Amino acid sequence: MAKVSSKKKLSKTKAKKSSEVAGDSAVKKTEVVYDEEEEEDKEDFNENVTSEEEEEDGEDERRRQKLLEAISALGGKRKKTLGERSEAAVQLSEFSVNAEGEGDKINLSDLIGSMDKTPQVSAKTRKQLKTLQQSNRTVESPLSKQETERIQRDVAFQKAASEQLVFPLNQEAPGPKPMERVVTGWKARTPLEEEIFALLSANKQPIHDPILTPQEEVSMKAMSLEEAKIRRAELQKARALQSYYEAKTRRERKIKSKKYHRVQNKAKRKDFVKQFEEMVKSDPAAALEELHKMELARMQERMSLKHQNSGKWAKSKAIMAKYDEGARKAMQQQLEVNKDLTQKLVTAVNDEEEEEEEEDEGGDPEVLPDFVNDAEQGVDSSNPWMRGKLSEDPAEKETSEIEEVKETEEEALLREFDSRRKRRQALIPVISLDDDEEEESKTAAEEEEESKTAVEEKEESKEEEESKVAAVEEEEEEEEEEGLEETLMRIRTLEDTEELLMQEESAADEAPVPPPAAENPPPASQPAGTNKKRKRGIELKQVLTKATKVIQVPLAHTVEDAEDSDDNQEQRGLIREAFAGDDVVSDFLKEKRKQEAAGKPQVVDLTLPGWGEWGGTGLKLSRRKRKKFRMKAAPPPPRKDVSLPGVIISEKRNRSITLHQVNTLPFPFETHTQFESTIRTPLGRTWNTERTVKKISKPKVVTRMGAIIEPMAREELMKDRNQTMNILSQAEQREEQKLKCERINKNKCKQKE
Amino acid sequence: MKVKVLSRNPDDYVRETKLDIQRVPRNYDPALHPFEVSREYTRALNATKLDRVFAKPFVASLDGHRDGVNCMAKHTNSLSTLLSGSCDGEVKVWNLTKHECVRTLQAHEGFVRGMIVRFCGTSFFTVGDDKTIKQWKMETPGYGEEEEPLNTILGKTVFTGLDHHQKDAVFATCGQQVDIWDEQRSSPIRSFTWGVDSFSSVRFNPVETELLASCASDRSIVLYDMRESAPLKKVIMTMRSNSLCWNPMEAYYFTSSNEDYNLYTYDMRYLNKPIIVHMDHVSAVLDVDYSPTGKEFVSASFDKTVRIFPKDVGHSREVYHTKRMQHVICVKWSADNKYILSGSDEMNIRLWKANAAEKLGVLAPRERQASNYNQKLKEKFHYHPQIRRIAHHRHLPKSIYHQSKELRVMKEARRRKERNVRKHSKPGSVPVVSEKEKHVVTVVK
Repeated sequence: MAKVSSKKKLSKTKAKKSSEVAGDSAVKKTEVVYDEEEEEDKEDFNENVTSEEEEEDGEDERRRQKLLEAISALGGKRKKTLGERSEAAVQLSEFSVNAEGEGDKINLSDLIGSMDKTPQVSAKTRKQLKTLQQSNRTVESPLSKQETERIQRDVAFQKAASEQLVFPLNQEAPGPKPMERVVTGWKARTPLEEEIFALLSANKQPIHDPILTPQEEVSMKAMSLEEAKIRRAELQKARALQSYYEAKTRRERKIKSKKYHRVQNKAKRKDFVKQFEEMVKSDPAAALEELHKMELARMQERMSLKHQNSGKWAKSKAIMAKYDEGARKAMQQQLEVNKDLTQKLVTAVNDEEEEEEEEDEGGDPEVLPDFVNDAEQGVDSSNPWMRGKLSEDPAEKETSEIEEVKETEEEALLREFDSRRKRRQALIPVISLDDDEEEESKTAAEEEEESKTAVEEKEESKEEEESKVAAVEEEEEEEEEEGLEETLMRIRTLEDTEELLMQEESAADEAPVPPPAAENPPPASQPAGTNKKRKRGIELKQVLTKATKVIQVPLAHTVEDAEDSDDNQEQRGLIREAFAGDDVVSDFLKEKRKQEAAGKPQVVDLTLPGWGEWGGTGLKLSRRKRKKFRMKAAPPPPRKDVSLPGVIISEKRNRSITLHQVNTLPFPFETHTQFESTIRTPLGRTWNTERTVKKISKPKVVTRMGAIIEPMAREELMKDRNQTMNILSQAEQREEQKLKCERINKNKCKQKE
Repeated sequence: MKVKVLSRNPDDYVRETKLDIQRVPRNYDPALHPFEVSREYTRALNATKLDRVFAKPFVASLDGHRDGVNCMAKHTNSLSTLLSGSCDGEVKVWNLTKHECVRTLQAHEGFVRGMIVRFCGTSFFTVGDDKTIKQWKMETPGYGEEEEPLNTILGKTVFTGLDHHQKDAVFATCGQQVDIWDEQRSSPIRSFTWGVDSFSSVRFNPVETELLASCASDRSIVLYDMRESAPLKKVIMTMRSNSLCWNPMEAYYFTSSNEDYNLYTYDMRYLNKPIIVHMDHVSAVLDVDYSPTGKEFVSASFDKTVRIFPKDVGHSREVYHTKRMQHVICVKWSADNKYILSGSDEMNIRLWKANAAEKLGVLAPRERQASNYNQKLKEKFHYHPQIRRIAHHRHLPKSIYHQSKELRVMKEARRRKERNVRKHSKPGSVPVVSEKEKHVVTVVK
C-alpha cells in the first residue's frame, strides 16, 4: 500500500506541475496581448544595475547546477529530469526531503531500512512491512485516454439527450430567498430610507447580517450523521467481504493438488451450466449475453495456438510420446481441452436455422462452404465486421423465413443428411492426400480460387460502389422528403385543409398503385415474435381449446317455468316457419366461395381460332395449342380466411383507409411492430391518469415568458466537466475493483493449467 | 320491518375544503374506452388543421427608416428594445411592445455596416462606411443635449462588421482585416490577416468567449483565437459565405449563410465537412441568427423570405414571407425565444412569431396542458400521410415557387447525369461525393 500511496503522491505533484505550466502559459498569453507598454517598462527597469548583477549571479548558479547535472548524467544511466520546482513550501520541507533533484528520490525501502534498527518498532509491524516490500504488486494503470474520452462523450451525450430543457439555464430557485440576498441588491432611495440607513450605520448595526455562514450552509446540505454512519458501515462490510474473498481465493490458489483443481473445475462447470439453464428461463437477455461471451471465448480459442500441441512443451512431449504413456496422455488431454473449448454451442433454438443455412450454401462439393469461415451472426451485433453481411434486407429475411416454414420437417432432415454426406466427401480428399499429388491439386485449386476471388472482388467492389451511390441518393431523397411541401395554395380555413387533402387524393388516384402487399402493414394485433407455427395459419380446432367461462351474475334468477319453455319452443317454431326458405349458412358459404373464385387469377386464353389450322365452324382447338396459348397465372398467396370458415376477409385494398395509413416504415424504426407499438400507446387523459398524461406531454423545451436566455456560460461547461470527472472517478473505482476480481480469477486459472 | 336504503360515505365524495379539487372517479379500463388509436388520430388531425389555420406569424411591421435596413442589434438586457441601422447612416432605437421608434440618430455618412450592444446594455457601437467606429450611450439625451457619440475611432479602411466580447471590454471589427479593439484604446490591440482583401462578418463565440470566426471574400471562413497572434484555421468553400452565427448553447458549432443558397453548420473542430447542409432558399442567404435555446436558427435571404431551420435538419420547418417584403438583409431571434425580427430592403423591420401558431400571452393551465397534449399528438402521428401533408403545407409566392421548382429540376438533372456518367465509366473512376463534401474545397491550417 505504501508504494501505492507514494506513487499517488508523485502523480499528484506531476499534476500540480502541469497545472503550473498551464497557468504560466496562460499568463504569458495574456501578457502577449497587452505587450507593448510593458516592454517599455522593462527597458526602464534595466537601468537599475545592481538588480541586474544579482540576477546574473543567480543565473551563474543555475548554469553551474545544470552543468553538474549534465556531467552526472554522462556517467550513469540517463534518467528523466524532473522539472524545477519553485514552490517555497517544498523547498523548505520539514522532513528535510529534498525533492529538487531526482537523484535524491526517496524509495520506500530507504525509509524501512532505518526502521529495522530502531527497537521501538514492534515485530508485527516489521513483519507487515517486510511482506509489503516483497509483494511486487503494482497499481492498476488508469483507463486509457481514448476510453476516458469515450466515457466523457457518453456522459455528455446523455446530458444532451435529456428529456426536457428549461431555459433560462441558470434560473434561481423559486420560493422565498434568504433576507440578506434580497437586501444586498437594494438601495435606499427615498429620504426616509436614507435616514434610516444613516441611523443604522451610525449605530454600527449590521445592515445585512448573514443568517448562516457559508460553512454552515454547506453543513446543512451535507449528509446527516446517521446516514453517514450507515454508509460507513456498508462500506466497511463491503471491504471486509472483499478481503475475505481475496484471502479465500489466495488460499485456494496455493493448493497444488491437480486432482483438487480438476474436481473443482468440474464442479464449477456443472454449476455454471445449471446457472445458465436457469438464466435462460428467468432472464433470456442475460443468458444471451452469456452465450455471446462463450462464443467469444470459443473464437479466441480458435484463433490462438493454445492447446494445439504446437508449443515447446507439446513438442517435447511429442518426442517422448513414443515411449511414455503419460506424455501421450497429456497431449491427448490438451487436445481434448481444445476440442472442448472450440466445440460449438448447439442451442435448440438456432439449430434448425443453421442447418437450413448449411443446406442452402453447402451445395459445392469441392470447397468448404463459406459460412465455415464466417463469424456467428449473434456474436457481436455492434461490430459490423462480425456480422458477416453488412446490411440485410428485412423483407428478404422475412420471405426466406416463410419459405423455410413451408419445408416439411422430413425434407429438412433428409437434406441435412445429404449435406453432411457431401461435406464429409469434400473433407476426405483434403485430409487423406499426403504426397505430391496434394501439392499439385492444391496449386490448381489455389489458382482457381485466386481467379475466383479476383472476380468476386471486382463484383464486390462494384456492388459496394453501387450500394454507396444508392445510400447517398437515398440520403438525399430522405432529405427531400423531410422538407416542407410548398405550393401556391393558402390555407385559411378548415375547409381549405380538406381541399388540400382532396387534391392529394386525386393525385394519388393518378399515380400507379403500388402492390398491396407493401401497402398493408401487418395487422396490429399480431405480436412481435411471430412463431413459425403461427405462419402456417390458425388451425380451427386449436383456436377454441379453452372452454368458455360461464359468468355468474349475482342477479336474481329469472324464474323458469315449464310454460315458459313451451313458449320458447313455440317461438322457435314460429321463426323457423317464417324463414323457411332462408338457409343463412349455405348462403354464406356460397358467398365465400364466390369471393374466393373472384380472387383467383383467371386463365388467359390467347388462342386464335383458325390460326395455323383449318378454319370453319365447329372445330375444336388442338391440344397442343390449348396447352401453349392458355396462360395460367401463378396461384395467389393463400387467403387470410382460409382457415376461418365463418369469416370472409376481404383482401381488396380499401382506399379510404389507405389514405390514412403510413405507406413505408419511417426512418428510426426497424420493424413494423416497433412503429405500431408507438402508435398503439395512447397519450390522452381518457386512457391515462392525470400524472402520466402530464409526464408524457411534457414539452421538450420550456422557456419562461419574458426571460432573457443568456448563452451558456463557460462556468457551466466547467461544472459539467467536473461532474463528468466525478462520474469518471467513480467509474474508475468500479473498474479497478472489477479488474482486481478478474485478475484473481485469472491467476487461479493459470494455476490450474 | 327493515327498510333498505342506499348509503354512501360522505368521506368518499365530499371535499375537505373548498379549494380542493373535486375528485372525479374514473375507470381506466381499456374496454370502456375503445378505438384509442383512431380517436387520437382524429384529434391529431384536428390539431394539425387548427395549427395551420391559426398560423399567423406576422405580428407587426416597424416603419420609419428612410432607406433599407442594413443591420440590427438586440439589446442585451431589455427584451423590448431593438436597434436598427439603415443604408443612409441612420440608427433607430425601437420599443417593440409599443411598435414605435423611441430615438433616431444620424450615426454615419453612408451605410451603417454593423451594430452591437455592449454586454452591460448601457452603450452600443456602430461602424459605418465613413471608416469610423462610434460608441453611443443607450440613454436618450435629455432635452437640449446634442446627440453625440461617447467615443469615435477613425479607422484607415471601411469597416464591414462588428461584434462585442461577451464579458470583457473588447470588441472586434472586420473590413480589410479583422481587428480586436480594447474599448479604452484608439488603435487595435491585434489585427489578423490571411491573404484576404476583405471580410464581411465577424462573430465572437458566446461560450468560448476568446474565439472568433469571420467570413472572408476569398470564400473562406476563418477562425481566430483572441489570445493568439495568428488565425487558427480556415475552410475554403466553393462560394462565399455572407455571415455566420455561433450556437449559443453548443460551444463549437456555428452556422454560416452562403451565396450558393445554402447554410452550413460546422463543428469548429472538424472543418473538412459541414455537419449539415441546410437547403431550401432559392437565392443567396444573407444573414443567420440562432435562437437563444440553440435548437433552431433563422435565416434571411435575398429571395425575400425568412426561413427557420432546426439546427440538425437539412430543410426548413417554416418559411415566412409577405407580399411587400423585399430582399431580407438582416434577421434576429429575440432573446426570449418567442419572436423573430427581420429587416429588409424596403425600409421595414418586421416582427414575427417564432412559432407561427403559438398563442401569445399567458396561458391558463388547462390551455397549456391541452396545447402540450396536442403537440405530442402531432409528434406521434407525424408520419401519417394526411397529417404530414397538412403540417408540411406552406404557401409560397409564385415567383419563389417556380424558382424552387426549377432548382429542383436542375438538381435532379445534374444528379441523373452524374449517375449516368458513373454507370458508363470505369468503376471507381467517378467517385460518389456526398452533398456535404461537395461544397468544401479545402481546410487550411
